[in-house]
Order: sequence, then structure tokens, then C-alpha cells
Amino acid sequence: MKEAVITHETVIGLEIHVQLLTASKMFCGCATTFGTAPNTLICPTCLGLPGSLPVLNRRAVDLGLRTALALDCHVHPRSQFHRKNYFYPDLPKDYQISQYEYADHPPLATNGHLEITVDGQAARIGIRRVHLEEDTGRLVHPRDQARGSLIDYNRSGVPLMEIVTEPELRSPGEARECLTSLRRLLQFTGVSTGRMEEGTMRCDANISLRPPGGIAGTRTEVKNMNSIRSVERALAFEDARQRSVLGRGGTILQETRHWDERREVTFASRTKEEAQDYRYFPEPDLMPVTVDEAWLERMRAELPELPAARRHRFISTYELSPYDADLLTGAPETAAFFEAAVALFPHPKTVANWLSGEVAAYLNERGKELDEIALTPERFAGLLRLIDDGIISGRTAKEVLVEAIVTNRDPASIVDARGLRQISEDAALATVVDMVIAQQAGPAADVRAGKDRALGFLVGQVMRATNGRANPGAVNRLLRERLGR
Amino acid sequence: MPPADDTARALRAAYAAGTRRPSEVIEDALSRIVARDGDLHAFLSVDEERARAEAAEWDERYARASGTDDLPALAGVPIAIKDNMCTRGVPTTAGSRILDGWRPPYDATVVTRLRQAGAIILGKTNLDEFAMGSSTENSAFGPTRNPWDRTRVPGGSSGGSAAAVAAGMVPLALGSDTGGSIRLPAGFCGVVGLKPTYGRVSRYGLVAFASSLDQIGPLATDVADCALLLGAIAGHDPADSTSARIPVLDYVAALQEGARGIRIGVPEEASGDGVDAAVAEALRAALDVFAAQGFPVERITLPTIEAALPAYYLIAPAEASSNLARYDGVRYGVRADADDLYEMYTDTRRRGFGPEVKRRIMLGTYALSAGYYEAYYLKAQNVRTLVARDFERAFERVDVVAMPVAPTPAFALGEKADDPLRMYLSDIFTIPVNLAGLPGLALPCGFDRGLPIGMQLVGRPFEEATLLRAAHAYERATAWHRRRPPVAA
Repeated sequence: MKEAVITHETVIGLEIHVQLLTASKMFCGCATTFGTAPNTLICPTCLGLPGSLPVLNRRAVDLGLRTALALDCHVHPRSQFHRKNYFYPDLPKDYQISQYEYADHPPLATNGHLEITVDGQAARIGIRRVHLEEDTGRLVHPRDQARGSLIDYNRSGVPLMEIVTEPELRSPGEARECLTSLRRLLQFTGVSTGRMEEGTMRCDANISLRPPGGIAGTRTEVKNMNSIRSVERALAFEDARQRSVLGRGGTILQETRHWDERREVTFASRTKEEAQDYRYFPEPDLMPVTVDEAWLERMRAELPELPAARRHRFISTYELSPYDADLLTGAPETAAFFEAAVALFPHPKTVANWLSGEVAAYLNERGKELDEIALTPERFAGLLRLIDDGIISGRTAKEVLVEAIVTNRDPASIVDARGLRQISEDAALATVVDMVIAQQAGPAADVRAGKDRALGFLVGQVMRATNGRANPGAVNRLLRERLGR
Repeated sequence: MPPADDTARALRAAYAAGTRRPSEVIEDALSRIVARDGDLHAFLSVDEERARAEAAEWDERYARASGTDDLPALAGVPIAIKDNMCTRGVPTTAGSRILDGWRPPYDATVVTRLRQAGAIILGKTNLDEFAMGSSTENSAFGPTRNPWDRTRVPGGSSGGSAAAVAAGMVPLALGSDTGGSIRLPAGFCGVVGLKPTYGRVSRYGLVAFASSLDQIGPLATDVADCALLLGAIAGHDPADSTSARIPVLDYVAALQEGARGIRIGVPEEASGDGVDAAVAEALRAALDVFAAQGFPVERITLPTIEAALPAYYLIAPAEASSNLARYDGVRYGVRADADDLYEMYTDTRRRGFGPEVKRRIMLGTYALSAGYYEAYYLKAQNVRTLVARDFERAFERVDVVAMPVAPTPAFALGEKADDPLRMYLSDIFTIPVNLAGLPGLALPCGFDRGLPIGMQLVGRPFEEATLLRAAHAYERATAWHRRRPPVAA
């Protein structure tokens, strides 16, 4: 049977869970440290022992509010926690304390948006809600265990924030952009490390196809994606699969599909997942969260400049291209470094070029981040000033940069120690210039005759003769003088 | 009048005077338990070794002390604790097979405070399983018997604590009250029992039944001892988000302030057909005593009180169904051997829970389920608000509401055990007080053919002192609280 071409629109929504950067858990004082021995960061509360009670970690609410503000959400002055009841061994109380949403009972925040870039254009993705809840423990299924699994409750009770987008993403690529943008925002605001590979950010996706001018089709939920790339690939697969089904005249089943990273397919989960009735009701052990204007003000004051705003500012204040602005606001450390350097050496374009050029290359080759190498904005600005003052050439500067990082020394002292100063004085250069003109009679004659390309060759020869230390600008001028151009 | 010499206050005075020593008193208490408890079964566990060791320490400290001012309020006084409060290293069963053998790794806040107050915890007392019941017949370990008549129930769910105090085994005990579980057994056993305002006492370490209703409270042989014990356990606890930041009064000192001007209200709904003649008469006589003492007494109305019972039997089981989900065999307590997870869950809970607990879990699960939440749970919460408002309106005119504790005195063992709904009706006067979160005090006000009859006084939020003062005035004009059952004579 021939498959029809499906011109439906892709409709994607994301449900993202983020682990918050708090020192202790959501409802008890246990530490949230990653990677400790199993069942060592536990107490009666996060273990759900009889008689235990939850106590709200206000810092978690702080971070939730920060996120809500950064996403331009409406923060509800009063929100309640609810119990989500279901049985599973990694859930110590056999209910999760979360925030449900129904008439007169809003979650922490609703109705915001996230800025992403689509085809170079800024676009806004609606954020439906932001709420707080606790994480579960971790089941470990050792292969040598005859029957059964092991449970580590260290993660039980770690603060989680759930962010749900509106179904406004139109492609797997946009979903990737959305997650990247969100991760950046979370890192910038110090809310979370947002790393899917480490589990500090998790994503489930909903995808459906909508015929042109029609209503949304049946959606499938896609789970088990371990990285942003994975999300994009899984959604791409699922999008194609749905088109193929529709193209063959079939119907999409409403189901949950798991992404298999190895085989690169989604498959319907074989276990029959009954519709769960979570029997939500307001958590009687916790008072409602009351957020007053004073608390919001404190959070606003705590909020650093957000990536989107910073990007706009870099473009307008520093007159950078959108491409450069994107690159420099990619990580908070890079943006801060850039600004500190520009404050000392007020030539933004030059600073930007060097950061996105030589410095980026150095970092990429060694797989390092900017804050992991021995380069301060002061030394960096110093290096650029040396070039600007004509003390060293651009070519020399590249070597000096590497050495400054590797040996953790100030560029100026390296230049002095290795005698790398550019030769700029006419007196010194004139000798070499004359010598080169004499040696390269042919090209010299070409220049005299008006062929300027030969000039570049002669400059190169002078540079060779001086081991790169001649000031190219001065050489160029001297050659022209000598050759009457 | 000096306190009866078996009260906590009398013991402390004797310790200070050197006429009695804590180790003697503990030894006495332990032998009384041996003599009487085989029959009554008030205790589930007794910690003799530790009690003797602590008593010996207090012997020393009293010997060294000059006066009792520097010694904590309950130093050397024996106390019993209902077995639904966590005691570190000591078995805590909540009256259930499912927690058989479980030793908590931590102390409930009230236990910590009692130890700080110097009390000697003799043992854990029997209760209806997970505090669900009105007779202590739902305990997985057998019922407790009423010291006044061993063929009768002591009331529930804090039956063990009430019986232990009534039978003179300990002067003080802690119970918990969700729908009447301190007041009812206090009434049936002829002792004083107080359910504090919701939030007055920390629930941290109390095995939860219904989170929005549970409170821990004192049981004692008289009002002043009750006040003493309340003072030792009350107060804000950062570990309990529902505990109130309201200062704790010196409840014992408050008794000295007298009870001038306290106005008493009697709801017309509390004297209907369902109340035994003897109970109605005892309450009438009590009101006469109040009137004679100069307390104004007037009739009030609590129109929604009838709806309180059904509302409670939706809210409490709903919260319980969630609170008891954690008993699944995974982390602690009993675990059934099974081939898969689902079977392990169902077998563990089927074998571990008794019939009343199962009944309430099912009821509660149903009340919360999709499609029924609004009709049942939510509606019940609305009724709850109406009940609270009824009391608020009453408290515009009076300071204390007086009612019976129960429609009848203690019934016979087995009499209502097969009829859950009839059993639920025992709580008809106590439940509204939990729904409204108010403090309620039960104290003896008469006898019916040798069985105690209890009167209940209800007050405004955090006005435990008013209740205690009114009750104290009543006590001083009567002698019910001095009567002891034959077993304790």
C-alpha cells in the first residue's frame, strides 16, 4: 500500500523535572549531596517512618520563585501541597507530596514563557505551570540478584521542580532549543545544574500531529530520554512514526512509548499501564505556601540578569552580532569574563573575536570550560592591550596566550622574559626591509609597477626574517615608502 | 485539699520531703502491674530494667537536691505511653500485627519532652489498631478490660492508658484523640482526659491516623495532674508544621486563678433520645453543681452537630487510607513472602491489618477516588467548617460548652464489636470537637451501677486553661475523682 504524504503540523509539549540546588531535601534536613553510599542520607521523614512529618524547605520555594520570575510567570499568593497516592517501592510513604491543580487551588506559578531562537528568530514558548514536589528513591536492579531489586533512598525527598510547557513546540529541533534555553536559564539563575546526563533535569514529551486547519490529533507520551540530543532524536523518530501510521491509513493510539537509545526507536511499553487514580487531596501535614510581595521582591533582587536580557544588552551596548552575543551568553562564566575584560580593554569586538576564536579553540581542544583554566579577565585584557599598543603582533599573541594559560603567568612578563617584543622602530626595521628588497628584486619591481599583491609577499619575507617579530603595519609602511607606493 | 497520695504532685512532694523515693515508687508500680495487668491487659510492653535504672538516678538527684526547684516538673514520676507514639529502641506496634516487632530509631517529640521533664516511662499501653476504634477491642493483641468491671470495655482507642491510670498502675499516661480516643476511655474509666486544641501538642512521632484530627493528650486521676502533664508536653515543635506558635501557659498555676465568670453552655442537641437516662441525669446534676458555684449556665444550639459524625467518617478514613499506605512490607514491620511485588503488597497488608483498619482504608480510598472526591471528601470538609462555625457562634455567648462524653457508660466486651456503625455512634459527642479543632476535657461526674459517667467540657482554641479551671472548680465541690475501682483500692 502506498504511503500518503502527511502534511500535518507537529505539536509538542514538554514536561520537565528539575532537581533544585538546595543544601537539604524538600521536607527534611538531610543533605542532597550526590554520589554518597546508599541509604546514608536518610532520616525518619524522607524514609516515611511511622510518625514522621514533613517540614518545608523554604530555600526550595526561593528557587521555585526565582524560576517562576525568570519565566515571567504569575506567582500565586497562596498555593497548597497535595498528596499524590500510589504504591511503588521507591516511594517511601506510598504517596508523593506534590502540587496538584484544580479550581481555586493553583500551583506555585502559572502562565509564563521561555524565549528560544528558531531559525535565528526569537520565539516564545508558553509555560503552563511551575510547581514543587519531592523526588523518589532509586531502584537498582542488579543482574546477579536472584529475585528482586535494591532501593537507595538517598534521593528520596530531594527537591524537584516541575515545569510544563504549552504544546507550542513545532519540531524536535524546537524541543531541543527549548531544553537548551531552559537549561541555560536554570544555570544562570543558580536554580539547577540542569544536566540530563546526570539526572538533574529530566524530560518527558508529548507529541501529536495536527492536520492543517484541524484539531490536535491523539498524542503519545515519550519517556526515557537521557539527554537533550536524545529528546530531539526520539521526537524525530516518533514524528516520523506517526506520519507513517497516518500515511498508511492507521490511527495513533494514546499510549506511553519508551525511547530505546541503542536501537533508536520508541516502543510501546509492554506492561499494561492502567489509568492511575492518584486520589489527590490537600496535604494536611503542611500549611499552604503564602508568597507575599516582600518575598517576591527579595527573589527579584536575587535574580541575576537573565540570558535573553543579557543577549539583548550585548547586542545593543557592545554592538555585537547576534551570533557573537549567543556565543558569549551561552554560559554565565563566559558572559561575566567578557564583560570584565571589556571593562579593562574597551574594544568589545576584539575581545569577542579572541574569546570566540583562540580561547574557544584552546578550550575545545582540551575539553575544558573557561572557569577551569588559568586565565583571568585582567591577564586577557592585558594581552589584548599588548597587541593594541603594538608591543607584540597578533601572531605572537596567540603563542603568548597559550603559554600564559599553561604556565599560569602574566602575558607581559612572558613577552619580556622571552624577548618577544615586536620590532616597531623604523631604524631597526629599515635594515631588514632594505635587505629583503635587495633579495627579492623581482617582487620589488612588481610592487613598483603597481602589483600590490607582491607587497604582501614582501611583508611576509620581512616577518620571516625577523621571526615574526616585526610590526607588520610598520613593515608595510616602510616597504611602500621605499618602493614609492 | 491535698492531692490524693497517688497523684504525680503528691509523689513529687514526697520525693522532695524524702518520705518516698523514686525507686520505691517504681517498684510499687511494677508490682501493681504484675498483680493487676494479667487480668486487665492495659500494657503491651513494660520496660522494667530501664525504669529501675532511671529511678535509681532520680533517687540520687533528689538526695543531692535542695528543694525541687532545680528538678524538672515530672522528675521520678512514672508514666505510661500509648503504643502509637514512637519510643526509640522500644517496640511500637500501634496495636497492629503489621508493626509487630518494629523498634523506632527515634523518639516522638512528646517522649523527648517527657524525658526532659524527668518522667520515667514504665511501658507502652494497648490501643485499638492504629487508633481506629472506641473500645480497644480492635487491638491485634487482645482487648483491655475496664478496671471498674472486667466484663466491660475501657473505651477506646486509648483504652490501655485510661485503664492503667484508673487501676492505679501509673498516675499519668499519654493518649491520642482523633474522634474521642482520649475522652471516651477517660469517661468510661472514671479518670480525667484532655484532648488539647489541634496544634497545641506536637504530632511528630505519633503514628498518624488522621493528620488533620490527631492530637496527643494527658490522662490523670485529677485535673491538676492533667494540667501538670499538659504543661510538660505542650508547645511549638519545628518538626511538626501544624504545631502552633502559641506560648504555653503554666496550667497548674492557672488553676489557682479560680473560675470566676466562666459561662457554661449546654447544647440542646446533646440531650436527645439517644442519651441514657443515667448519663443525662449525671450531666444535669453536674450543671447544678456549676450553677451552685455561681457559674451561669444557659442553653445553646449546635445545629450542624448531627452531620459531624458522617463527615468525620469520611475525612478520617480518607486521610487514614493515605497515612497507612506506607505499611507495605518494604522498609519495616512485617513482610509477606511472595513471588512478585503486587502479591507482596497485598499479602502483607491482608495479613497485617485487622478488619476495622481494612474497612476504614477501603472507605477512605473510595471517598477520595476520582468522581467521588467532591461528593464525599470535599463535602465533608465543608460540613466541618459549618460545625466549627456553630461552636464559634456558641462561644460568643459562653466560654465552655458542657456535654456528655458518650451516650452511655461502658458497654460490654463484644456488645458492639460486630456492628461497626453502632460502635461509631459512641463518638457522637466527641467527634464534633475534633472536627472543629477545639480542646475537650473529660472528667468523672457520676456513676451508673458502679460504672463511671464522664462529662465533657469544650473550649475555645488554646483555652485549655479555662477548661482546667472550670473542671478544677467542679472537682473541688465533688469527690468523684477520689473514687477508685475495687482492683485499685
